[in-house]
Amino acid sequence: MYSEKVMDHFQHPRNVGEIENASGVGTVGNAKCGDIMRMYLDIDDNGIITDCKFKTFGCGAAVATSSMATELVKGKTIEEALKVTNKAVMEALDGLPPVKVHCSLLAEEAIHAALWDYAEKNGIKIEGLSKPKSDISEDEEEEEY
Amino acid sequence: MNKVIYLDNAATTKPAPEVVEAMLPYYTEHYGNPSAIYSIAAECKEAVNSSRDTIARVLGAKSNEIYFTAGGTESDNWALKAAYEAYSSKGNHIITTKIEHHAILHTCDYLESKGCEVTYLDVDEYGVVDLEQLKAAIRPETILISIMFGNNEIGTIEPIKEIGRIAHENGIVFHTDAVQAFGQVPINVDEMNIDMLSASGHKLNGPKGIGFLYIRKGLKLRSFIHGGAQERKRRAGTENVPGIVGLGKAVERADRTMKERTAREAELRDYLIKRVTEEIPFTRLNGHPENRLPNNANFCFRFIEGESMLIMLDMKGICGSSGSACTSGSLDPSHVLLAIGLPHEIAHGSLRLTLSEETTRDEIDFVVDNLKEIIAKLRSMSPLYEDYIAKHPEEA
Repeated sequence: MYSEKVMDHFQHPRNVGEIENASGVGTVGNAKCGDIMRMYLDIDDNGIITDCKFKTFGCGAAVATSSMATELVKGKTIEEALKVTNKAVMEALDGLPPVKVHCSLLAEEAIHAALWDYAEKNGIKIEGLSKPKSDISEDEEEEEY
Repeated sequence: MNKVIYLDNAATTKPAPEVVEAMLPYYTEHYGNPSAIYSIAAECKEAVNSSRDTIARVLGAKSNEIYFTAGGTESDNWALKAAYEAYSSKGNHIITTKIEHHAILHTCDYLESKGCEVTYLDVDEYGVVDLEQLKAAIRPETILISIMFGNNEIGTIEPIKEIGRIAHENGIVFHTDAVQAFGQVPINVDEMNIDMLSASGHKLNGPKGIGFLYIRKGLKLRSFIHGGAQERKRRAGTENVPGIVGLGKAVERADRTMKERTAREAELRDYLIKRVTEEIPFTRLNGHPENRLPNNANFCFRFIEGESMLIMLDMKGICGSSGSACTSGSLDPSHVLLAIGLPHEIAHGSLRLTLSEETTRDEIDFVVDNLKEIIAKLRSMSPLYEDYIAKHPEEA
């Protein structure tokens, strides 16, 4: 069901944990739907993401996309991090099963939420970043059987 | 460790060697069509009838009350749809529960689209139907009560005899989906006031693709599959002879071994439940503590999600199942876990382990030891656990 890369990131997730006094923290998802992702970012004075950690409650794909997302934003500028879309995360993982695509959206939203928190804490505006939805599943409709 | 520890026997079971052995000749030399008149066909007809006799004997029914189907789902569909049609002059109301298998629930959805009215009874925290609520739901136009014998997820056994008595006191037909219970607990259709009963071969070490519907003599049920005159004109199609032979053997075997087998499984299951609930914090047992299928254990582990747990168990060779949304193909976790009152986030962290006669105590120990590590690992990654511990540091 999952690609080798997804399984690798699920079995050996990178950057699991918390960052104390992080520059920005974002939590997205909804326990009701079975996935919550929390992303911690450390950002230096030059706007470079020097560290990134995550914690996730969710399925194998949710854990793997979180892990991959942290890898993709680490060492990047804020501007570059904004370009880490759900598509980029999915591609880096060699794809996800169709029912798991929403997990990659969660990863993108988690990065945005953490950046939003950073911007608010520092009273700055990040070009191209809008206030993230706290609950990504609100746009999804349940399938009829 | 390459050994597989199979604890998903509510999903399907391993066919018993004697079942496979009994079936094989019907794939090779005994290939005749039971409807034909030459002798190689007669042998097949005899084999089909002998299986029918075995099943009837085990249920306390008559042979001509057993109708072979392609499995539990067909039996459930047939029972509900045909009863709705047959009793339409009396009424259009069916009573069932919120915790039925989808073979019942989705058939009810379909019937509702045809004008049927369905009452879905609640269950208590253990998954047991409230008999008073059942009585109150009965209307003059109620034509059928369909309540499962034992629940496939949480294992709870319903008070079938009492439900059947209430149905009969009110002149209502009573159907039970016994797919999980048949072969696990003694069932007698007369003593338990059952008018229709669905069962499946592959849940009791028999083959897949075969099951039956017991229909009490006198019920007006019509054919659901139209065609030839097989099954006393009630279920057309050339008989699945190897499947029927395998089912008959599996039923005979399950009946013969039931007492000893289920006593052993229940003992191991209780050992599993004891270890898990005592050694893993923030854990609850789902289903009735005593009145449950002998091989079923179902837990919820807070702060973690079921699919992750299943993948990690699989990496240790352990097969289980979960009622999380990710395993159901929708955003909602199991309807059964929600019906017993669990919040969504707890229902997502469920694990069902269903034992077989081959399960050993060593296997249970291996599973619990690994489960402890897996849950600890997943909790260490969980933001829900992090938040909980931040609020309750003394529980860390």
